[in-house]
Amino acid sequence: MYLSTIRSADPARPGGRAKHAVSGTVIGLGVVSLITDVSAEMVTAVLPLYLVYGLGVGYLQLGAIDGLYTGATALLRLAGGYFADRLGRPKAVALVGYGLSAATKLALPAAGSSLGAIGLVIGADRAGKGIRTAPRDAMITLASPADGLGRAFGVHRAMDTAGALLGPIVAFGLLTVLVGDYPAVFGVSFCLAVIAVIVLAVFVRAPAGTVERSRVRLRAGFALLRQPALRGTCLAAALLGVCTVGDMFLFVGVQRSAGLPPGALPLLPLATALTFMALASPVGRLADRLGRWKVFLAGHVVLLAGYVVLAASVSGWLVAAVVLAAHGVFYACTDGVLMAHAAPLVPEPLRATGLAIVQTGQALARAAGAVAFGALAAGTALRPAFAVFAVVLLVSVLAGTRIK
Amino acid sequence: MKRTWVGVAAVVLTVVAGAVFVGLRTGDAAAEQQLDLARGGLLYVDESGRVRQDDRVGPSCQRVDVAAGTLACLRATALPDQAELLVTKPGAEPRLISEWGLPSRVRVSPSGRLVGWTVFRSGDSYLGGVGTFSTTAGIFDLATGNHYGSLEDFALTVDGKPYPAADLNYWGVTFARDDLTFYATARSAGGTWLVRGDLRTRTLTSLRRNVECPSLSPDGTRVAYKFRDGDRWRLHVLHLANGRDIPLADPAHLDDQPQWLDDRTVAYGRDKAIYAVPADGTGVPALLRAGASSPAVVR
Repeated sequence: MYLSTIRSADPARPGGRAKHAVSGTVIGLGVVSLITDVSAEMVTAVLPLYLVYGLGVGYLQLGAIDGLYTGATALLRLAGGYFADRLGRPKAVALVGYGLSAATKLALPAAGSSLGAIGLVIGADRAGKGIRTAPRDAMITLASPADGLGRAFGVHRAMDTAGALLGPIVAFGLLTVLVGDYPAVFGVSFCLAVIAVIVLAVFVRAPAGTVERSRVRLRAGFALLRQPALRGTCLAAALLGVCTVGDMFLFVGVQRSAGLPPGALPLLPLATALTFMALASPVGRLADRLGRWKVFLAGHVVLLAGYVVLAASVSGWLVAAVVLAAHGVFYACTDGVLMAHAAPLVPEPLRATGLAIVQTGQALARAAGAVAFGALAAGTALRPAFAVFAVVLLVSVLAGTRIK
Repeated sequence: MKRTWVGVAAVVLTVVAGAVFVGLRTGDAAAEQQLDLARGGLLYVDESGRVRQDDRVGPSCQRVDVAAGTLACLRATALPDQAELLVTKPGAEPRLISEWGLPSRVRVSPSGRLVGWTVFRSGDSYLGGVGTFSTTAGIFDLATGNHYGSLEDFALTVDGKPYPAADLNYWGVTFARDDLTFYATARSAGGTWLVRGDLRTRTLTSLRRNVECPSLSPDGTRVAYKFRDGDRWRLHVLHLANGRDIPLADPAHLDDQPQWLDDRTVAYGRDKAIYAVPADGTGVPALLRAGASSPAVVR
């Protein structure tokens, strides 16, 4: 259904397009992300069941498999960005990332019950994700007019999130129809991943803005941080990231504070994702008009309000709805908007590298923030911990306003 | 233009391949048959996730147990992270109880009146990130319809002192013959205990450390359990009266709630197969059935 859009759309030249259309390349990348996310989330959803009942792996070892890859993904994200610039071929590098992840869907059933092999496969999947992120975002910037970046990212992120929401539904639907047939889930997941790779290879045009094979040096990548504007953005995004509590803790906080039954916990992320999906595109457009950094900061203020509600002793479904809506707004105001803000600060030959640096700094900072919050909550209690983070986040937002 | 057609053809081909693959796998799901819960014998879950009794194919479950005609089956559902407990009894309406989490353990009391379940839940802890799990165990009374939602609501006493803690996890319920007493495992930062529970008073009392996934013998004198040794578990039997603790003759690591075949033999699942071993520490493990898990005995 998107094919006609994609084919008829000329690769956008920055500034050379109407203000209210998102280029075919962006829609195409959105379709690729949507299908890939269905495929990835399918596997994520059934993995614990598969390991325990398909393979007889204990839960003790499950923890050992997961959560080891944050650092590796961060490094590969930087590598993906660098090679996309170095080769001047972001699409090719993104294809490698998508292809690697697709291959892991087939490797998972082949890994058998060897924990080492399973860990390796999951690691390769994350690696693929790390490699493709920066080149993909660079393609979005290169295919969009400078004044429509926020909207382009918004559309892409909305499609991406739609896929993530669909994945578990598809997976558990299959498991029900096929009674615990995990290989079937992996097979379908693999087919979807392959379709996404075909769509990217054949139907998504590399943006014409892509630079010639440049002689990008690693040093030039690091020199990016000598530019005050980009350095300021990076530092501010990281500072704000350290002051966020991490999604899981926010959901636990909502469930406890609002007095929801524990069974509601798995449903809470859906509320955030739905809000994010609905608002990503309009908020992106708003950011184009009002200023992206302003909207980025405003998103943190909304999140801060959510923390205040959690710190205050109010309970009930309404509170949960308000906080989750705030969380979704926060994502809509920060995820793509930060990329849209950072892209113009990076010279085109280094676009993917620059975006990778910003993303990695933010991701690592957020991971650190979650750890800090966990330690604080364990040492005190949930409410005071949210109060502390609300204050710290406020200070960081005020510091962030000094960046233009 | 040609490139577009090649792309379309490749996508269509992939879709067809996926559909054929799924179609091939749907064909061999056997229809559900009536199990014979009056006759003795082994019940288990086969590799395709169906309850089996000799050549009869029952409902699809991850864990199964049976006693006095009551069949309890714990399984994952079509909704992410939702488990359901299916309880059937001849002459009574089947009951479905929804629980949030992944199926872990299920047991029926010897009289067939009580059902105990355990589910895994993720993200239920403060410090754990992705991949950390907590467990929740509960009991359902078929006679009264009472749902003892979670053992976390019971009052726990450890070494004679009340032990209120937010980080308590319970798993592996096993029932005595009186339909009031049960045993389970409790874990908190302080350690892991075998606890004895009382449904009337809603209390739990710690008996001994380091006893996981207890299973009470038919005569009620011993508990077969997983003894933790670092990151490995091995099968032990504990005499409740005198505290005598015997490692059974299988040194291999296992992660299962054992099941007594009779007062002398313990069965358990390990490496996708069911084994049995004498309960007194002698002998060697015997392979009971390959490609099977969750042993249960019709009695």
